Amino acid sequence: MSEHIVPRKVYFVVFGALMVLTALTVFAANIDFGVLNDVIAMTIAVTKAVLVILFFMHVRYGSRLIMLVVVAGFFWLAILMVLTLSDYNSRKWVEQRVRQSTIPSEAGR
Amino acid sequence: MATHEIAATHHGPAAAHAAHVPAEHSAHAALAHHFDNLEQQREAGSLGMWIFLAQEVMFFGRLFLAYVIYRTRFPEAFAAASNHLNWKLGAFNTAVLICSSLTMALAVWAAQVGRTRRTQVFFMALTGLLGATFLGVKAVEYYDKYRDHLIPVRGWFHWEQPLSANVSEQNIQMFYWIYFAMTGLHALHMIIGIAILLPIMYRAWKGAYSPEYHAPVELFGLYWHFVDIVWIFLFPLLYLLGAHYAGGHAAAGH
Repeated sequence: MSEHIVPRKVYFVVFGALMVLTALTVFAANIDFGVLNDVIAMTIAVTKAVLVILFFMHVRYGSRLIMLVVVAGFFWLAILMVLTLSDYNSRKWVEQRVRQSTIPSEAGR
Repeated sequence: MATHEIAATHHGPAAAHAAHVPAEHSAHAALAHHFDNLEQQREAGSLGMWIFLAQEVMFFGRLFLAYVIYRTRFPEAFAAASNHLNWKLGAFNTAVLICSSLTMALAVWAAQVGRTRRTQVFFMALTGLLGATFLGVKAVEYYDKYRDHLIPVRGWFHWEQPLSANVSEQNIQMFYWIYFAMTGLHALHMIIGIAILLPIMYRAWKGAYSPEYHAPVELFGLYWHFVDIVWIFLFPLLYLLGAHYAGGHAAAGH
């Protein structure tokens, strides 16, 4: 079993797609979509990253073990993001609860 | 069998392998003695590089996390600060990096299919030049920030634009702190990348890489593409996040 060689044509097509997506992300950023601006920008960025990983980095043609390492790397990042942000974004709720429960007791003293 | 193994340990692992797979070893000088065949050797190299890159995901990931936390807390300040960045230079640099990824992919391809050393070096040199172009543009941007007193250092940082409601100078300074940390770490990766590319280019010129052996080219390619991916995320997050807000880039004074 020999190494898979990606045809040059694939590289040029991926390159073209990356350039078009870059232009698209600049274009989309200048239109006000509200919260969707971030969603659009990140969707385009993730699409570009996946194209680079699959074709330029040959993961599409690699073994399942390498695919597993790639997915695990980004999955670990997702754990970091989700757990930390769930902490940061829920602190206000806790603070409110604490305030609500302490103010009456302080007034009663 | 037992006597054979004892004999093998006496002669070292190379002798042991030679007994099992003599054909592979006589066929490929590129095959290290601790691998069964070239396929396994290539796979092990890629796997090792990807584990390093998974670590790099975490390395940059924590900075992306800091960005998300502060941006969700101070959205107006981040939008105002982002609009002061030069998005045209950022977009130009994005295109430069994508071009350099293409030339790097072609350099790997040239080694894989056994093109001449001249072709291999040509694509590598192009990759290095595009990387240097990126760093040059980055230096211009950094100088602009220095001139505008936007280096986030106490006593130097000063935001000269009028501040809208909900925006404090400290929060704008926090954006620039994250901007310099992220783009600085990325630029450091580019500098290290070019420093690693140069000896690989030298060896390519000496004719070291062939369809049987080109692991350094292939693995360096993985590193280079990864650095490109980091910038793919940095560009929209840092340069474009406030583009649609009132004022936009037109008011940024470029």
